Amino acid sequence: MSTINLIIDNKTVSVEKGKTILDAAKKINVRIPTLCHHEDLCVAGNCRICVVQVEGSRTLTASCSTPAEEGMIIRTNTPKVRNARKDIVALLVSEHNTQCTTCYRSMNCELQSLSAEYNIDNNRYLSILKPNITIDRSSWSIEKDDSKCVRCQRCVRTCAELQHVNALTVSGKGKDMKISTFMELPLNEAICTNCGQCVIHCPTGALTERRYFDRVWEAIGNEKKHVIMNTAPSVRVALGEMLGYPIGTRVTGKMVTAMKRMGVDSVLDTDFTADLTIIEEGSELLQRLKKVLVDHKSSVKLPMMTSCCPGWVKFAEHIFPEHLGHLSSCKSPQQMFGALSKTYYAEKKGIKPEDIVSVSIMPCAAKKFEANRPEMNSSGFRDIDAGLTTRELGLMIKQSGLNFAELEDSAYDSLMGESTGAGVIFGATGGVMEAALRTAYEVVTGKEVPFKNLNIFPVRGMEGIKEASIKIEGCLPEWSFLEGVELRVAVAHGLINARTIMDEVAEGKSPYHFIEIMACPGGCIGGGGQPIPTNEEIRNKRTQAIYEEDMGMPKRKSHENPEIKKIYKEFLKEPLGEVSHHLLHTTYKKRNHF
Amino acid sequence: MIQTENLLHELIEKHGNTRDGLLPILQGVVAKENYLSEPRMVEIAKALNISSAEVYGTASFYTYLFTKPMGKNVIRVCKTISCKMAGKQEIIKAIEKTLKIKVGETTRDKNFTFIETNCLGWCHKGPVMIINDEVYPEITPERAVEILCEMDPKHLSKF
Amino acid sequence: MKTSELKKVDIIFDCVQCAPIEVVKKSLAMHPDEIIEQIISSGLRGRGGAGFPTGLKWKLAKEEVSDQKYVICNADEGEPGTFKDREILDLVPNKVLAGMAICAYVIGATEGFIYLRNEYNFLLKKLIPTLENFNKNLQEIGLDFTIKLFSGSGAYICGEESALFESMEGKRGEPRNKPPYPTRNGYKGKPTVINNVETLVYCNMIMRIGVEPFKQLGTKDSRGSKVFSVSGDTTKAGIYELELGIGVDEFVNEFGNGDTKAVQIGGASGFCVPRKDFANKIIGFEGVPTGGSMMIFNSSRSMYNILKDYLEFFVEESCGQCTPCRVGTQQLLKGIEAVKHGEMPSSYLNQLMKLSETMKVASKCGLGQSVPNAFSSIVKNFKEEMIY
Repeated sequence: MSTINLIIDNKTVSVEKGKTILDAAKKINVRIPTLCHHEDLCVAGNCRICVVQVEGSRTLTASCSTPAEEGMIIRTNTPKVRNARKDIVALLVSEHNTQCTTCYRSMNCELQSLSAEYNIDNNRYLSILKPNITIDRSSWSIEKDDSKCVRCQRCVRTCAELQHVNALTVSGKGKDMKISTFMELPLNEAICTNCGQCVIHCPTGALTERRYFDRVWEAIGNEKKHVIMNTAPSVRVALGEMLGYPIGTRVTGKMVTAMKRMGVDSVLDTDFTADLTIIEEGSELLQRLKKVLVDHKSSVKLPMMTSCCPGWVKFAEHIFPEHLGHLSSCKSPQQMFGALSKTYYAEKKGIKPEDIVSVSIMPCAAKKFEANRPEMNSSGFRDIDAGLTTRELGLMIKQSGLNFAELEDSAYDSLMGESTGAGVIFGATGGVMEAALRTAYEVVTGKEVPFKNLNIFPVRGMEGIKEASIKIEGCLPEWSFLEGVELRVAVAHGLINARTIMDEVAEGKSPYHFIEIMACPGGCIGGGGQPIPTNEEIRNKRTQAIYEEDMGMPKRKSHENPEIKKIYKEFLKEPLGEVSHHLLHTTYKKRNHF
Repeated sequence: MIQTENLLHELIEKHGNTRDGLLPILQGVVAKENYLSEPRMVEIAKALNISSAEVYGTASFYTYLFTKPMGKNVIRVCKTISCKMAGKQEIIKAIEKTLKIKVGETTRDKNFTFIETNCLGWCHKGPVMIINDEVYPEITPERAVEILCEMDPKHLSKF
Repeated sequence: MKTSELKKVDIIFDCVQCAPIEVVKKSLAMHPDEIIEQIISSGLRGRGGAGFPTGLKWKLAKEEVSDQKYVICNADEGEPGTFKDREILDLVPNKVLAGMAICAYVIGATEGFIYLRNEYNFLLKKLIPTLENFNKNLQEIGLDFTIKLFSGSGAYICGEESALFESMEGKRGEPRNKPPYPTRNGYKGKPTVINNVETLVYCNMIMRIGVEPFKQLGTKDSRGSKVFSVSGDTTKAGIYELELGIGVDEFVNEFGNGDTKAVQIGGASGFCVPRKDFANKIIGFEGVPTGGSMMIFNSSRSMYNILKDYLEFFVEESCGQCTPCRVGTQQLLKGIEAVKHGEMPSSYLNQLMKLSETMKVASKCGLGQSVPNAFSSIVKNFKEEMIY
């Protein structure tokens, strides 16, 4: 690896060949402002805010897109550079809807910060904001407001590079250039998975989640309503970022207290239904293995694929409509929770299901769509009344006037508030797989999965596609057909990796028995409903927090969750049983591919 | 319908089913069908295994790849400075009057679409009109009307 | 030095009947380095407008090691006021093809393309058979090189070389970040020489007539002659091959009709030279560079309208990806309209001049970087016509 030496603002810096001027500047703590640049995405060089002066160059140079070269002498803060940057920010502001006071991203907007930093007077240039821009609110998950768009194309690159969905594109040219869907279709008609990655990569308020928190406040204020909230595993490791805590801080106890203080009647844990998912999905996997290996049934599909991620499910429905048989029939933990909240919970608590408002707090934009899928009403009611993002919860806590930092910790309420470490790790890529293996291996062999401290490291981490295999030995008699079988599993996150895995499945060449897929890079901790910004470093810290949370739990295997044992005893009877089938399992819909 | 399937099939045969082939394929469809209809773009996306949004985004960049219905014949008049100085406005007026449409519009019978364009490369012989691929340099309003009437005699009666 | 009569040159269209394939044949007998050396010593610079030394471009591409290289002829002529490439392709297409073939031999390319703007599709009727015939001739003389046609789809920006590659690759014609440059990373990521139509003819002609006759023409920084497209207020509109380095006054004497107020040299992205500067500006890389567009304006013409026309052109033809160009072009246009209509004070023009400076230094590609040329030269010289 050859090294390049250059001088930035009179300071010498050495970087690897291939690194950009921006990388080099970062190394010596020179911050160059950026807008179209995002660590997750390929270089664009569009916005031009990061221009610097390279000695000997007639023009300024975009530092994000220009490789560092030996002997370069660079200045990042000359009057010429400053004037250009100020002009560029002013130009962006001139085509922007500057009603910041009515913008959801106010105070967390990169254009707003840059304008403040460069002190842009709004009158500097005449407004060229196009009149009559309407906000697209057709989707349950995502709102698109072109009047706030800075045309950095981060969303387009996200949709292409991270997700390989390409629902968003750039259309037109010159003054008419904009971010579009196919033929300007509304988002709900586009091939959009609702993953929300575009939202967390958008620097402004052009792409945001559809927001439902006002409805939830209404319900909380309505005495007749019994509001229950369930919180997904990765919310607790990211919420703190919105409330002044360092990245990767676990705020589980304070979060629960805050929600109770806000007036939520019962604060419960999605981890409970994550544990339940493991029992149902694990049983389904073992059943499929038996049907294939023993009964040789060709209608039963292997590998089986997880179905807890609604972004992935919609992706599969669009892109691989002929292969939906591989998806587990299990609903996601959110929807299992919803269905049980208005049946089991209602029954045990003696509350009429129509009076229950079931709200879920998710790191996710796609959960909003999922909650509104027409079939998600097996309780006889809308199973989940509102799906909020981590960001919406953060805002509600701020609105409530609580001093979050001073809150004491408290525990989740019961029923459906108890969970295990296995439920917690659902939040990170590989977590569902690890949780499933912890339980399935023990069910089959009666012994703990053969990894130190139950930590199955091969399925953890940020590799796009991870694989592992476990040789099953010492089966209990009932599972003797699995004796000696090398159980092969794979884990993928980011839909671009999902596509790679699915292409293999579609060709019939997949070597795996069980595959976990999460639509978002890093899994739910990097979800489209998480605090902004999200990038690799932040994802890693949140992931670390997830595994710390797991290690701190007294019980770390789903089948040991006492509330899970109880619900099977008192309500569900058996995994994959009739009640389960009705409430906890679902079917999928073929959607148009192009 | 069978005919259009053949069209796509032929175009893909000729230009390949990779991304490089996209623009020639789009041009081929426009040549035969005047514009890129929604279903046609979806079919092309399928054949090239790219998203339909990408097909649309690419097409919308280019002025010759229409994504909205166009007339059978496209009349272009250059609006850039040399042609403006040479009197393109008179040509435009004459065409608008003859076809009873404004710039950017299509005749009701879908026979003509009339657009203004940027420099067509005939600055020394402006004003210039191009109908489809046929060039008419140093056009006069009278000659423009004559040409249109030759192409569609129904407009004769107006004069 | 200045004479009242302009020296007309006849290289490009000379000897229409002679077989350019013979020049290719002759070149094949030479070592590629020898050819590069000749092109370099001729001082030939690109005739599309940017003026990069052609021999050096070939040399850089030759030095790259790659399984595949390309030669592309840029015939996406779209600069307002330019029409010389169309004329060249119409009258002497074989000379263009021969230039491409010589380049292919030098750099080691087996495939070449002519990127022809859609507006010139009427040329195809003649061009396709010519091309087929030429490809056959190349086979006969033993050069493994085939030229194909690629028809553009209507976008001025595709004349920018990296935008042209994107377009050929089936994408939106948006310019790429540079570096890397085309000689390393061009069409399909392979080393590519992309030359203007006229440049390729000069390459061919230098190989035919030798370096000296070419080198004798022009000035130190602007060797040789070039084809000019003359239009506007003149009775002699058309195509002329003239020596480089002539004074604007000489040009006006020849082509003006006695009342010339200004000459726009280099099209919408070029410079406006007002009457007071005719005598002290020369046409060439050390003076006012041009891709060939020469528009002559009489004193009856409104320079405001002319500038507005150019800006309207750029507002539509900017690809739209980078901020300075997409928004800057719109602001310049809106700004001069506002000043003209008295909605903004004339001092706003100074703000716009500063903006044009930002566009020049911060835009991603040559389009945005050269919009300010026309803007500042017109506003500076005809300020009184800009204000209310």
